[in-house]
Amino acid sequence: MSGFTISRRKMLAGSAMLLASTAMPTLGWAQTPKKGGRLVLAADSEPRNLNPAIVASNGVFFISSKIVETLAEASFDGKDGLAPRLALSWEGAADGLSATFKLRDGVKWHDGKPFTSADVAFSALQIWKPLQNLGRTVFKDLASVETPDDLTAVFKFAKPTPFQLIRNALPALSSVVPKHIYEVGKIEDNPANTAPIGTGPFKFGEYKAGQYYRLTKNTDYWGKDEPYLDEIIYQVLPDRTSAASALEAEEIQLAAFSAVPLADLDRISKVPGLKVITKGYEGLTYQLVVEINHRRKELADLKVRQAIAHAIDKDFVVKTVFLGYAVTATGPVPKNDPQFYTADVPTYAFDVAKANALLDEAGYKKGADGNRFSLKLLPAPYFNETKQFGDYLRQALAAVGIDAQLVNNDSAAHIKAVYTDHAFDLAVGPPVFRGDPAISTTILVQSGIPDGVPFSNQGGYKNDALDALIAKASETLDTTARTDLYKEFQKEVAADLPLINVAEWSFISVARDTVGNIANNPRWAVSNWADTYLAD
Amino acid sequence: MTRALILLRRRLVGSVFVLLLVVIGTFLLLEAAPGDAVDAYIVSTGGDAGMIELLRHRWGLDQSELTRLANYLWALLHLDLGQSVTFSRPIRDVILERLPNTLLLMVSATALSFGLGSALGIYAGARPGSARDRVLSIGSLALYAVPGFWLGLVLIVVFAVDLRWLPIGGIETVASDKTGLDRASDIAIHLILPVAALGFIYLALYLRMMRAGMAEAWRQDFVLAARARGLSRRRVVLAHVARNALLPLITMLGLQSAQMLGGSVVIESVFSVPGLGRLAQEAVASRDTPLLLGIILTSAVLVVVINLLVDIAYAFLDPRVGAGEAGA
Repeated sequence: MSGFTISRRKMLAGSAMLLASTAMPTLGWAQTPKKGGRLVLAADSEPRNLNPAIVASNGVFFISSKIVETLAEASFDGKDGLAPRLALSWEGAADGLSATFKLRDGVKWHDGKPFTSADVAFSALQIWKPLQNLGRTVFKDLASVETPDDLTAVFKFAKPTPFQLIRNALPALSSVVPKHIYEVGKIEDNPANTAPIGTGPFKFGEYKAGQYYRLTKNTDYWGKDEPYLDEIIYQVLPDRTSAASALEAEEIQLAAFSAVPLADLDRISKVPGLKVITKGYEGLTYQLVVEINHRRKELADLKVRQAIAHAIDKDFVVKTVFLGYAVTATGPVPKNDPQFYTADVPTYAFDVAKANALLDEAGYKKGADGNRFSLKLLPAPYFNETKQFGDYLRQALAAVGIDAQLVNNDSAAHIKAVYTDHAFDLAVGPPVFRGDPAISTTILVQSGIPDGVPFSNQGGYKNDALDALIAKASETLDTTARTDLYKEFQKEVAADLPLINVAEWSFISVARDTVGNIANNPRWAVSNWADTYLAD
Repeated sequence: MTRALILLRRRLVGSVFVLLLVVIGTFLLLEAAPGDAVDAYIVSTGGDAGMIELLRHRWGLDQSELTRLANYLWALLHLDLGQSVTFSRPIRDVILERLPNTLLLMVSATALSFGLGSALGIYAGARPGSARDRVLSIGSLALYAVPGFWLGLVLIVVFAVDLRWLPIGGIETVASDKTGLDRASDIAIHLILPVAALGFIYLALYLRMMRAGMAEAWRQDFVLAARARGLSRRRVVLAHVARNALLPLITMLGLQSAQMLGGSVVIESVFSVPGLGRLAQEAVASRDTPLLLGIILTSAVLVVVINLLVDIAYAFLDPRVGAGEAGA
């Protein structure tokens, strides 16, 4: 293990030096990025629907966010962590019943028609609320959108809705599509879903299934002098080793979303002309979570859950499974969240003796074979790391006398087994934190969710106090009070352990040194890349 | 000629039943796999109960298995392969787009393994037990033992990443706007590594068959007679020994076509070739039953047609074959 640590350190030093060496010239050029050029990058999946207003997912945004824009984008230094895009300003009424957006003037759709508030109203009411995977929850109380003039949209809510939630949802949930294209025929069958039309810096060019997507420069873009690139080509590389080889062979210039496996980063960071970038995904944090089926009598016992938490060496997981590209977790909100995170929660240090003592106390003594009881453990197959953590967890549980049997499924089978059939005792899942606990975090522990809803509490956990807290937060309008309630929520979750948060991680980009303005916002890979450029 | 036609008719009638069995079997197998297309889809999106219900309804997954199978077969009767759930496009289009790539890969790889394999087999079998025979046997066996993906990856590392002589993958340079001859040569260059990876594995098979067939032919009376007539060794090898050893290889060619299709799944993934094999893998992962059925049906037709061609070729090459059937 020690050899491992050293190579990791060398790697960090290496990338730091690389950063330092490229930082100076980059800073010098930052004022005048070069125009033109074709950026070729790796894509590992081909989404069936490229309309980000209907499918708000990273796979879709990766391509579509350059074509279709949102009202606001995430920002490292903007107010409330936002930067304006199609909306210039936004304000929520004190009663939580309305929110007013002032829109950007002079914006044109790719087909030349002007962008107006009617497009925003149409997108919100006809798509985000009834059809969008995330919008169906966040905009459920949206009653109407008034458009007093072409550049003002006023969202009216049937029930008081915290503006903090709406604001936090803007980067991912507010993709605006053209009304004049979508008002004819069924929205789900519109051809623009596979060849999107938007206001973004790039137009949809062509798609060759299994080969590439081509986006071309929008010469009529509202951003001054933007975009810099002439073309973006997404080359479809399904094999996990292809992206690294393609980067080395200089066939592509960028691989985002950890297309280069963690284990290859050490080697690839030493290749001249390539840089490894860990920034630019702060707004897309994934959480490594042990999901628990509370229907199992043993797991319904808090002492057993505490014992499992103590049995997991989080530092080891970060170091070995994630090769250092992750941080340990304390609760259901990730440490890098600027608004809600609190460290003031019960924690569970790695302590095998204590875990054993807790299990003894709970009445589950070790049998003759050294085992207390057996569990079915289902690691999610979506990431290498979730599978590897499954292997680790099996060993960690064995050390405290719990015999975990690994059940490996493919994605569809895993989703069905865990979230519909509840055929698990423990599962390893990677839920995403989307900037506000109300978007996709509270449902991980809330009770009363129908069977079959993925990434939600399907473990049969029910805690009235926690449910009341979640309900109260969902209708608390004052930002400070609402934030405090979610801090309370983190404490309660960490204390009662409906699930166990182990680590938090995000993605890595590898790019050629010539690619400029990488990772300059917290959702860079899924932002519009208007300012991305290629130096000589 | 009539002999071939009768054979053709018989085989076609039999093939329809084979295809029907293949369709129903695949459908039931895929239904037995846990999770459906919606489960596979929501992995990347999430969604609430209402959205999931909406999707199941839109994709027709709320109907019973039997209804769906009946609907599929009914549509198939009208030569309609249906709509792909993953691509939201007609399955015929999706398959036709990829079929040429797979065919190109298969035909080139078969030509390589059959051509080079039998040539080397003749070379080795001309002097059984000689040093060159042993070297070739061991070398080809080693290739045969290597997993396809590993050979592919090694070829990529050596020829694409280190030497940069050849592209790492794909069927052609992406978004290159090449046409005509330029495009054809671009595709040919892209095919070199995947064809080598796929072809070299099966090379051993033909080599060894050829060699074994020749070893046997050497002992035959007609070879003895040929040698007794004082024919040159070269002529004995090529016209008498090799020619007779070639027949079983033709049979192998037909059988091997199915194998080759299977092998292309791995090779197409490693080399990012947009072909049927990779599509099949994606269809299974996304539980796109109609798409997978379409692919399997296409492959089955392909294999049946190839074997039919082999039978016909046989009927011409060997007068003994088909005579019995024609007479019945």
